[in-house]
Amino acid sequence: MLVQVAINGEKHEAEVEPRLLLVHLIRDILRLTGTHIGCDTTHCGACTVLLDGRAVKSCSVFAVQAHGKEIMTVEGLEQDGKLHPLQEGFMQEHGLQCGYCTPGMLMASYAFLKKNPQPDEEQIRRAISGNLCRCTGYVNIVKAIEYAAAKLRQGGS
Amino acid sequence: MAPKTSPEIGGMGHSVKRKEDPRFIRGKGTYVDDIQLPGMLYLDIVRSPFAHAKIKKIDPTKALAMPGVLAVITGQDLAKYNLHWMPTLMSDTQMVLPVEKVMYQAQEVAAVLATDRYKAADGVEAVEVEYEPLPVVVDPKKALEPGAPVLRTDKKDKKDNHIWHWEWGDKAATDRVFREAEVTVKQDIYLPRIHVASIETCGCIAHFDKVSGKLTVWMTTQAPHAIRTVFALVAGHVGLAEHKIRIISPDIGGGFGGKVPVYPGYVIAVAASVLTGKPVKWMEDRMENLQADSFARDYHITAELAAKKDGTLTALRIKTIADHGYADAAANPSKFPAGLFHICTGSYDFKAAHVEVDGVYTNKPPGGIAYRCSFRVTEAVHTIERMADLVAHQLGMDPAEFRLKNFIKPEQFPYKSALGWEYDSGNYAGALRKAMEKIGYAELRREQAEKRKRGELMGIGISSFTEIVGAGPSKHFDILGLKMFDSCEIRIHPTGKAIARFGTKSQGQGHETTYAQILAEELGIPAADIQVEEGDTDTAPYGLGTYASRSTPVAGAAGAMAARKIRDKARKIAAHLLEAAEEDLVWEPGKFSVKGAPNRAKTIQEIAFAAYTNHPQGMEAGLEAVSYYDPPNLTFPFGSYISVVDIDKGTGEVKVRRFVAVDDCGNIINPMIVEGQIHGGLTMGLAPALYEEISYDEHGNIQGGSFMDYLLPTAVETPRWETDKTCTPSPHHPLGAKGVGESATVGAPAAITNAVVDALWHLGVRHIDIPITPAKVWKLLREHGVTE
Repeated sequence: MLVQVAINGEKHEAEVEPRLLLVHLIRDILRLTGTHIGCDTTHCGACTVLLDGRAVKSCSVFAVQAHGKEIMTVEGLEQDGKLHPLQEGFMQEHGLQCGYCTPGMLMASYAFLKKNPQPDEEQIRRAISGNLCRCTGYVNIVKAIEYAAAKLRQGGS
Repeated sequence: MAPKTSPEIGGMGHSVKRKEDPRFIRGKGTYVDDIQLPGMLYLDIVRSPFAHAKIKKIDPTKALAMPGVLAVITGQDLAKYNLHWMPTLMSDTQMVLPVEKVMYQAQEVAAVLATDRYKAADGVEAVEVEYEPLPVVVDPKKALEPGAPVLRTDKKDKKDNHIWHWEWGDKAATDRVFREAEVTVKQDIYLPRIHVASIETCGCIAHFDKVSGKLTVWMTTQAPHAIRTVFALVAGHVGLAEHKIRIISPDIGGGFGGKVPVYPGYVIAVAASVLTGKPVKWMEDRMENLQADSFARDYHITAELAAKKDGTLTALRIKTIADHGYADAAANPSKFPAGLFHICTGSYDFKAAHVEVDGVYTNKPPGGIAYRCSFRVTEAVHTIERMADLVAHQLGMDPAEFRLKNFIKPEQFPYKSALGWEYDSGNYAGALRKAMEKIGYAELRREQAEKRKRGELMGIGISSFTEIVGAGPSKHFDILGLKMFDSCEIRIHPTGKAIARFGTKSQGQGHETTYAQILAEELGIPAADIQVEEGDTDTAPYGLGTYASRSTPVAGAAGAMAARKIRDKARKIAAHLLEAAEEDLVWEPGKFSVKGAPNRAKTIQEIAFAAYTNHPQGMEAGLEAVSYYDPPNLTFPFGSYISVVDIDKGTGEVKVRRFVAVDDCGNIINPMIVEGQIHGGLTMGLAPALYEEISYDEHGNIQGGSFMDYLLPTAVETPRWETDKTCTPSPHHPLGAKGVGESATVGAPAAITNAVVDALWHLGVRHIDIPITPAKVWKLLREHGVTE
């Protein structure tokens, strides 16, 4: 089947089997490897991307379901050589260690901050509860998201 | 400790932002599964549904008829090259692929090679295997009973399921103290099977170049150099010599001990690449990772403490049954089948102790590796910290007061423990007092008393642990004979920038940053100007890898020693440039100056340039050094943790309300990174305390084989950790550092368990095995008359 998608603003098309998972289209065919696979069963969230602005776990979406839609991955966060405040926050607040869950965390928080620009700690923790991190213990991820929220409210990006 | 270097240099003590982050926050890391090579094939694995069964027939016909499926590899195929079995790191053997029978559910049975990962998975479904189920042995105690089915029928003279017996300490003296003891307590403690579950699973790409005869393996490994040697030793007879093997460990998505072993999938991928001459990728999925990769713990412990009526501890006695699954595939130093379990006297001044461990075979996956912990140290710490609380409560003493009474005192260091370790340094009371102050211990006890009157369940738990990390001195520590040194090689370029390579491999710890800081500290070259590389056996010096919190204690020390060699040569060059005697030169970070004439100085950058352009006659050009560091002792980080829990009587749910962690890892390289390591370690302490367990039913069916059942803590369950520190430098480490990555994992479970038991003690509860699930607590509450 032919799938046409726009990823990070760029149009792509590929001939795929109907069973191909979106994450494999993104990683193996379009070669954007920032989106990771940690469990194949939606539990870990490492594969989180935005599909028409909504955070989805791309290990559990078929590539053909993304036909005609816009996808945003971690590679799309930086604009014109400028880091997104979330990326900056993760670096400033030491919100990552091995980096494997990071792209999923960034995309889940990106979608969350669009909906809730002024979250409290508890709301942030709930928002990222579909994303597992084994290294950081989440404390600094929460701080990184707070950092980004504050910066975005000041019109940071 | 105030940093000695300026923020521009960024040596020890600066919270330098990580060099790794710019690529990771952009999705530009390179993990194994990110690599695609032209013509690459995919390997997938057929796994056993039975825990113990004869393989009567493997029929690949249907699989081979499927489009894209190129081969089905079986144990018979590997047997032609004698590669169907492989040695474990503990000198046991385990199957790569079985010829006669399978020994655990999810064991590798055959492998399918195909042109893409979907086709390989299709092939796996189509392979037909005929099994004849055999009696299953799940319980290690039953495995030891006479008449139990003997599992390792491959071992000719094996008549039972006992692997080894190991004991340590003075049995006679310990038994004598117990006979005369005023007070004794005894408790069975089970530390269940758990899994590190790094978010990146394990996998590799093996690429054998038939023309050059060179094998390159990109691999999720924490110990690339040792893996290269193991491959050469195991497959030397089929032509894989060590100079023709290159192991590359790229970015690693968490390791925690689970990426030390050699799994069958790696070996099959290598064999498939050698046979086809094409690159072969194998990536396990999460269920394979949880069901088949090496587990941690599974220790059935019976512990006894002897004490005086005044609360003075006198002796410790422990017997343990270690369930190793069907093979002892632990990753311990060779001489220590039970790892460093004999650190079990902990932070306390015992006169006598004796510990016994028996390894046992069962129908479960092999292992006995660490779960973010230095060789069985969590098992030891959990035991002694639970026992300390038991005896304190039994004597009616406050657990804090009890610990303060029994701690090894600062003036007793270096301290020789009853089980033979020489603790390098410590101030246990200092850490506990700081934790008590930070959490408001006395006030919490008052709150608890009031709540108890109202029938509310609140508990306070302490864990004052001693770690033992940085393996290790070559006299006692080796893995398969390879001594446990580690290494650093530094090259200073003419313009004063540097590249440094190490024998370890970061899996998220931030070595590119912290090692650069160590060298910046020693050489005064800004950390930003130092490129750190690890994980490529063709370029990095030989080392034993990153696990057991050994990177800073061993490789970090090698970095400091190599840097000091460079500084020695730099001094000679500076003396030449300044026309001064070497002994008249004064070093400060980044430059040598002439004593009494501070303006007559040469920076390290000027010296580096001179090393290539104007070096003294008779001296070799260049500014390079290498160090293989053999630590004189292990290091002994420690800490005191206090947790406060509230228990819901209706549901049995335990909520960790507060958790204060005071850690002492000696001198700190990067405070930001140390704090991050502690946050992560605490969360991997919380996890087995409350959530994680891999259990089996009587047929050997795994009960926790996916993230549906194996519960990793999310941000919602994880408390907001509160951290603090004391600083007791290691007297023998060149930087006074100790290692910190695992302290929190080791110390935290006991603090949480002790808090839960503390909340329930007045009801008659004496012990709960982890994980402390709501169901367990709910049942205990009902058994003890709480009905709300």
